[in-house]
Amino acid sequence: MSTRPGLDIGTRPRHLPDRLTGRVARALRSWELLLLLVGIAIFAANSMASPYFLSAWNLSDATFNFTEKAMIAFAMALLIISGEIDLSVAGIIALASTTMGFALQYGAGTPMLVLIGLGTGLLCGALNGTLVTRMGLPSIVVTIGTMSLFRGISYIVLGDQAFSGYPVGFAVFGQGYVAWVITVELAIFAALALIFGVLLHATKFGRQVFVIGNNPTAAAFSGVRVARVKMILFLLTGLMAGLAAICLTSRLGSTRPSIAQGWELEIVTMVVLGGVSILGGAGSILGVVLAALVMGMVTFGLGLLNVPGIVMSIFIGALLIGVIAIPRLIALARRRAA
Amino acid sequence: MTRLLKSRELVLSGAILALILLVESRFRGFAAPGNLAAVFNDTSVLIILALGQMAVILTKCIDLSVAANLALTGMVVATLNAAMPGLPVGLLILLAIGLGLVLGAFNGLLVWLLDIPPIVVTLGTLTIYRGLVFVVSGGEWINSFEMSASFTALPRATLLGLPVLSWVAIAVIALAWLLIRLTPLGRAFYATGGNPHAAVYTGIDVGRTRFMAFVLSGGLAGLCGYLWVSRYAVAYTDVALGFELDVVAACVIGGISIAGGVGSVGGAVLGALFLGVIKNALPVAGISPFWQLAISGAAIIIAVAFNARAERRPGRVILKRKEATA
Repeated sequence: MSTRPGLDIGTRPRHLPDRLTGRVARALRSWELLLLLVGIAIFAANSMASPYFLSAWNLSDATFNFTEKAMIAFAMALLIISGEIDLSVAGIIALASTTMGFALQYGAGTPMLVLIGLGTGLLCGALNGTLVTRMGLPSIVVTIGTMSLFRGISYIVLGDQAFSGYPVGFAVFGQGYVAWVITVELAIFAALALIFGVLLHATKFGRQVFVIGNNPTAAAFSGVRVARVKMILFLLTGLMAGLAAICLTSRLGSTRPSIAQGWELEIVTMVVLGGVSILGGAGSILGVVLAALVMGMVTFGLGLLNVPGIVMSIFIGALLIGVIAIPRLIALARRRAA
Repeated sequence: MTRLLKSRELVLSGAILALILLVESRFRGFAAPGNLAAVFNDTSVLIILALGQMAVILTKCIDLSVAANLALTGMVVATLNAAMPGLPVGLLILLAIGLGLVLGAFNGLLVWLLDIPPIVVTLGTLTIYRGLVFVVSGGEWINSFEMSASFTALPRATLLGLPVLSWVAIAVIALAWLLIRLTPLGRAFYATGGNPHAAVYTGIDVGRTRFMAFVLSGGLAGLCGYLWVSRYAVAYTDVALGFELDVVAACVIGGISIAGGVGSVGGAVLGALFLGVIKNALPVAGISPFWQLAISGAAIIIAVAFNARAERRPGRVILKRKEATA
């Protein structure tokens, strides 16, 4: 099962190609192209299966299936590439939505609500980041704990009650349109895709994230401030969860403690489906964007066919395991054949 | 003496005792033997699941699908019972354990053969199993009047003053202790989690050991599926929703290190009892049950911080990782 690098030296001639695989060849064999083809296939299947699918307004509505989750997925992608994970994001949404609702009772206006939502997200991210980077605790367990803690606080505040009556101006985030069928959320999604794409693929910070994910010890020895970068990533993930909480609360117009239940799973699925290695060190924002579109279309298509939500979650779970299992199964079969 | 003070079991026992006395001082009768037995009975399912989870965590894995496994097996046996009341309960229990084993084996195979991180596997199977409950039931509830009398009576029947449910938990504790302390497989759990590389060199099949841990956890979850559904005499899609967190919390509180290789049967049982006492004390003290989720979450964080501190002990590296030596 385990390979032993080094033992092969001398027994087998090493093959060193004159140049790396060309750009076109690499693009043709990439995960992103595969995702794009899958996306097109699902799009075609959906348009044939339901006459209501191919309508600009329906498709515009369909984007709500992924925009809020994708906002968090971008930050989560960076976090997973760095070798950590945050399972508390849905809990952060619940808590941020609750603090906004709480502030609403004291007459907070729209700008204040937005500040409170983002601030709560940042604070939650800071707690996760501190526990992981300062105390050296494993992020999986820490965020399983904070996931219950954050949502638990919402339950303490709200119980079986709900906050509602958000101001009219607040509705713009989840219900507004920028132009024609382009929703405000879709515009935020596109802007964030660009920002995170540049951050991960074109900045020093992005390089550092990859280095940490591939080898944290080597990263530390080459001068990367590992704890600081990870802390920033946890803060960023918290901030995005706060933003998603604003959009979701604005769209639903109310806050219940069960808001966004189970989203952490869908967000991690989106990231992994986007080709980000769950072990860290590899991935791209383009992949996450495509995965978001694919997942959004699958859910919307199944919804048009009257498939209940919980059955869709079977598809999501199978997708999560399938995208990781299939390449490994193929590799296993090849090794058996060789 | 310091070793005794540092013993997780002793500290936890003290904490549980203090908690019971605190509640007793304000509300007479909580520490009465009858009530404590009821608390134990109420915690039985958590204890059983925590013991299965412990085996998985010892091997450096995690099983988040236990609650969904419980719900699915519970729904399947309840549906069978409602459709064919003539089937003997013993057969249904065997079926529940068998189905649980299969569901656990599915997790284990993905971890063993495909080397997929256990957290990803069980997050995936968590939703799949939970979704299948809906598919099996069609979203319908199975209520007590649809279940046969013998199906619901068994966990509540008393034997020597304790309900059968409690006796099952006691039997599982005893068997788990035997398995962990006296069998090669039990040793292999510790070795696999403590140092997978060293385990390989001592001839332990790490992948197979992990598979066995998942099978064990799945089988116990299946058993709990029957116990849960028959005890509460109702089966529906959201049975035990989120209960996997309580199970992980019980293990972490019980001093089972999430990094693998450290933990004891006593710790897991005490961790579960600690949560059980809190859960039963809340309504007595007039605190809303909505506090429970936040308390479990805080308990997980505090416990994992404690564990990390306890594990940070000076030591020498005597066996380097084989990647480093190559």
